[in-house]
Amino acid sequence: MTTSLRQRVLRLAGTYAFWIFGTLVTLIPIWWMFVVSMRSRVELFGRPNLMLSRFFTENYTNVLTDSAFQRYMTNSIVVSTSNAVLVMVLALLATYALSRYKLTGRDNIFFWLITNRMAPPAAFLLPLFIMFTRTFRIGGWTLYDTQIGLILLYCVFNLPFAIWLLKGVVDGIPIELDDAAMIDGAGLWGVLRHVIVPLAAPGLAVTGILSWVFAWNEYLFAANLTSVNARTITTGLAEFVTVTGTNWGELAAMSMITLIPSAVIVIVAQRYIVMGLTFGAVKE
Amino acid sequence: MRNSRTGWLLLSPTLIILLIFGFAPFLYVLFVGFNQWNVFSAEDGLIFNGLDNFRRLVFDADFLHSVGLTARFAIFAIGSEVVLGFVLAQMLTRNFPGKSLFRIIHTLPLMVAPIAVGAIWRLLVIPGFGPVPFFLDRWFDLQYQIGTYPDQALWTSVIMDVWHWTPFVTLTMLAGLTAIPKEPVEQAKVDGASRFQVFWYVTLPFLRPVLLTTVFIRIMDAIRTVDEVWMLAGGGPGTRFTGIYIWRVVFPRTDYGYGSSISIITLYLTIVLCWLLFIAISGRRKGETE
Repeated sequence: MTTSLRQRVLRLAGTYAFWIFGTLVTLIPIWWMFVVSMRSRVELFGRPNLMLSRFFTENYTNVLTDSAFQRYMTNSIVVSTSNAVLVMVLALLATYALSRYKLTGRDNIFFWLITNRMAPPAAFLLPLFIMFTRTFRIGGWTLYDTQIGLILLYCVFNLPFAIWLLKGVVDGIPIELDDAAMIDGAGLWGVLRHVIVPLAAPGLAVTGILSWVFAWNEYLFAANLTSVNARTITTGLAEFVTVTGTNWGELAAMSMITLIPSAVIVIVAQRYIVMGLTFGAVKE
Repeated sequence: MRNSRTGWLLLSPTLIILLIFGFAPFLYVLFVGFNQWNVFSAEDGLIFNGLDNFRRLVFDADFLHSVGLTARFAIFAIGSEVVLGFVLAQMLTRNFPGKSLFRIIHTLPLMVAPIAVGAIWRLLVIPGFGPVPFFLDRWFDLQYQIGTYPDQALWTSVIMDVWHWTPFVTLTMLAGLTAIPKEPVEQAKVDGASRFQVFWYVTLPFLRPVLLTTVFIRIMDAIRTVDEVWMLAGGGPGTRFTGIYIWRVVFPRTDYGYGSSISIITLYLTIVLCWLLFIAISGRRKGETE
């Protein structure tokens, strides 16, 4: 290929122009939220100013020192982390079963698993509410307003996604490797531990990350199936929108705080996210 | 060596959880869908009324309107996401300094909670201090108020969804593009194919399964969107999508029977749509391996 220096420079400049524009589009909404979170109530009104003139951190200190917020934060961390771990383990087992065993109606089971993610949430809240308050009742204890309730419930939308993602990954691992390990005397757990898990690691990582993010971000179920003890941070966020007037500054501050853990994860795990998201749709 | 009982055993925890928290509520909703049940009505409790709810929804202008809106929302949002996502992924297959930084920034919206996405966009468009209405008015003399103009509310929802979900499409496309073997592309170039021909006859067929899977996932999630649009517009005109309509029927109106029947129909439509895509994906894959 004979491309002159001039052409190469032009092309590079075009690429950067494109990406800088893209970055602005991506970041301006988030930037605006940051600006709002750094302003007092009075400063918000009037001519919108995208520049930040001074740091007003009261919104953050108000949110961070609020004991309810701290509880929400802990709940969110516990719920999404446990859910992600649970989903990774269960999805790996389920995917392995679907991929390696001749189960009757395998394809239909797989599709049925996915349909669990499709249910419009509003109407399903009612049966879930009844289930959480009455069906699972041991003495005075119910699933309602517990972390374990949310952890299990979030599997309904995270497991289908995880299984779908992992199915392609596990299908892509040659079955001969399993056989070889078995001939060497490995049992089922040995195969899973020494063959499947290492080879499916990028896929597993993405599964865990996305499950974590989905659980962290979930709002509707958390809002309706918890009251005090197990409230999560997204629910707390929505509590700022009240009939008496929304406290936009604190709402924005809290949204910024909610964003941080997810952002950290993206930055740290960026490489795996791309590697693992093929859904096995492409095979060499 | 591979005993199918072991297979079922491995699958069972997943099946149990999904049967309890997914399938049981589904059966309940299905059952309630065939009953009249409104807490505020004169008769108390559930009254079996056969297909009445379903007959009612066929003539329910509000419901049909919500289906139309959802369809428009899904088509425009997913369409733009796929095109944009593909272009961005294509740009990311090139190497240039600072690429990973741009990629990280581009991935950020995907990780923001839907409810926070709604909050962010509401802050942008809210009359009074949002910059969007202010600058549109000032520069283009355009009246922008999502509470008043249904079309603007719909388009704002679409743009918000595109902002939120394009990164997901970009990432799956990027994964798909990097997995395409180099040889066919090189071969086509050697044979004198134009860039468009390479894209149309080589890249696209390879990308098809990824593309369909991505569209499948986006359709599934777009149809049940509630949180972000609710936070953005509070269920105002132009954003009464099916998910939000169900919400309004079930909660403020406590019309459980009718709400359940709408849910069943919506779920049914989603499943049919996705089933067709699923066949397209897996049929293709079978064709390749056999």
